[in-house]
Amino acid sequence: MSNLHLVDVHKDEVVSEPIRKGFGKGLLEAGKRNVNVVAACADLTESTQMGLFRDDYPDRFVEIGVAEQNLVTVASGLAAMAKIPFVSSYAAFSPGRNWEQIRTTICLNDRPVKIVGSHAGISVGPDGATHQMLEDIALMRVLPNMVVIVPGDALEAQKATLAMAEDSRPSYLRLAREATPIITTDKTPFEIGKAYVYSPGSDVTVIATGTMTYQALLAAEMLFKTGIDVEVIHCPTIKPLDAVTILKSVEKTKTVITVEEGQIIGGLGGAVAELLSEELPTKLKRIGVRDRFGESGTPEELLHHFGLTAKHIAMAIHDAYDNK
Amino acid sequence: MGKLSIKELELKAYDIRQDIIRMLEKAGSGHSAGPLGMADIFAALYFDILKHNPVQPDWEQRDILLLSNGHCVPVRYAAMAEAGYFDKSELLTLRQFGSRLQGHPERTKLPGLENTSGPLGCGLSQACGMALAMRMNKELHRWIYVVMGDGELNEGNIWEAAMLGSKYHLNNVIGIIDRNNIQIDGPTESVMPLEDLRGKWESFGWHVIEIDGNNIDAIIDACAMGRAIVEKPVMIIAHTIPGKGVDFMEYDFHWHGAPPNHEQAKLALKELRTLQGRIRSEHE
Repeated sequence: MSNLHLVDVHKDEVVSEPIRKGFGKGLLEAGKRNVNVVAACADLTESTQMGLFRDDYPDRFVEIGVAEQNLVTVASGLAAMAKIPFVSSYAAFSPGRNWEQIRTTICLNDRPVKIVGSHAGISVGPDGATHQMLEDIALMRVLPNMVVIVPGDALEAQKATLAMAEDSRPSYLRLAREATPIITTDKTPFEIGKAYVYSPGSDVTVIATGTMTYQALLAAEMLFKTGIDVEVIHCPTIKPLDAVTILKSVEKTKTVITVEEGQIIGGLGGAVAELLSEELPTKLKRIGVRDRFGESGTPEELLHHFGLTAKHIAMAIHDAYDNK
Repeated sequence: MGKLSIKELELKAYDIRQDIIRMLEKAGSGHSAGPLGMADIFAALYFDILKHNPVQPDWEQRDILLLSNGHCVPVRYAAMAEAGYFDKSELLTLRQFGSRLQGHPERTKLPGLENTSGPLGCGLSQACGMALAMRMNKELHRWIYVVMGDGELNEGNIWEAAMLGSKYHLNNVIGIIDRNNIQIDGPTESVMPLEDLRGKWESFGWHVIEIDGNNIDAIIDACAMGRAIVEKPVMIIAHTIPGKGVDFMEYDFHWHGAPPNHEQAKLALKELRTLQGRIRSEHE
């Protein structure tokens, strides 16, 4: 654990920041490093945090207006001319509305556009179900040639953005709206396609992604006191999935739980279920949204309602452990 | 390559038409009307208008030709083979397993294609993206031509691009609409009326040129005019006859998505040869 240079969420003071802010800083840095990095947004420049880049590089920024289909098809054209385009909107609209254009003009056409979907998950809160994108992981994961990344905090989002700029594939970055505890440091590694054991254990494997990794770490701490030794794997890349790290852990614990702030159908839960049923059939409990839409409320109310708090996760781990 | 005369270009168009018939007959599926109707446009593009290099398809200073209505790709394949991108014998592999000539164009399969298309309405946006990139790179002497169908203009994505092209004054984008008035379910004006088409594009801020899209001279002139317009992006509405060159296909929307059978192909090829003779005599 020490080699990952994590914040000790149980002892250190934990600072929170919206994950999307890390993207904004990462994009600015990527723009500084490479003149070919360009950006386009669909009338949500401030809330998707593209404003930093736009202000420094106005000639490399394209304001598309409220037109998500145009957003990704224009980006396909930019990429065709050797640009590295990042495009952002709310995840509900991009990739929610423009999936076919992403499929044809980016994935099949092999143009490495970087799609950034902000305000994903139910923690979007009061805006309600229309804006709480829960299906984006499934939508993007199924596309050949597409990388899918769900960072766990703002610092990781920053690193992920820089990694995407240097990667030759099309990719999708999923961002949450609300302030999320920063659990990594500048020195914590991030590599596309790698999952990391954030907390080693021997009894149960918990695989979490995005905002849920922090909650999973809290749950592991709660259970440690009751004598259950939980291994928490943070899985920021949903595709390609880090089969080696996951299988190694599951071989040891023989019990698995996935946690995500999205539909379990086709999401991280779906991805892990596919991997395990082919490689290492193991009983699996998937925590996430179960085939329904969200609704208005505060983020805290909604996370509680949908069973996505540390306490809920701890209860599920406990059940899984008891039934082992 | 020296410039060809109008007469020579017209002969190219009729060679392209014959190849389209042969390809579609062999493939046993595909679209007839659109590709035949656009043979003159593609002859003009590949043999006069475009700055390109068949032996170096990725030449960095080339003009870009995007085909937005991917179902019409047989005309592009035939023109590319005629121009020397690949051997003509490969045309007969259209739509077959393992062929580089996919039923709808796939950029990564065949050098010289600039975009993967089929699902409609995306080409103009891609052209705008390319034009924006060229502007960022200060590349002033490259042009992006994008061929669209008229039925395709039902797609909202097109009008999103229309707004953007105008906003950014993307004057190195030249759109060409194949205005043949048919789509799968029937005449465009009964499926979803497009008129006043000229007025629509003008109100979106585009410079519109209307031409006879089966007149090669007019096509070349319109593109030259398009390159001279600096304040606005340009949309050429090219009025074409669907199925042009084959009497029993002309104007009939049933040929939009159908190939000729063996007998029909024989008849069509005979007709095209006769017509070829007639057109030659018109310019002598």
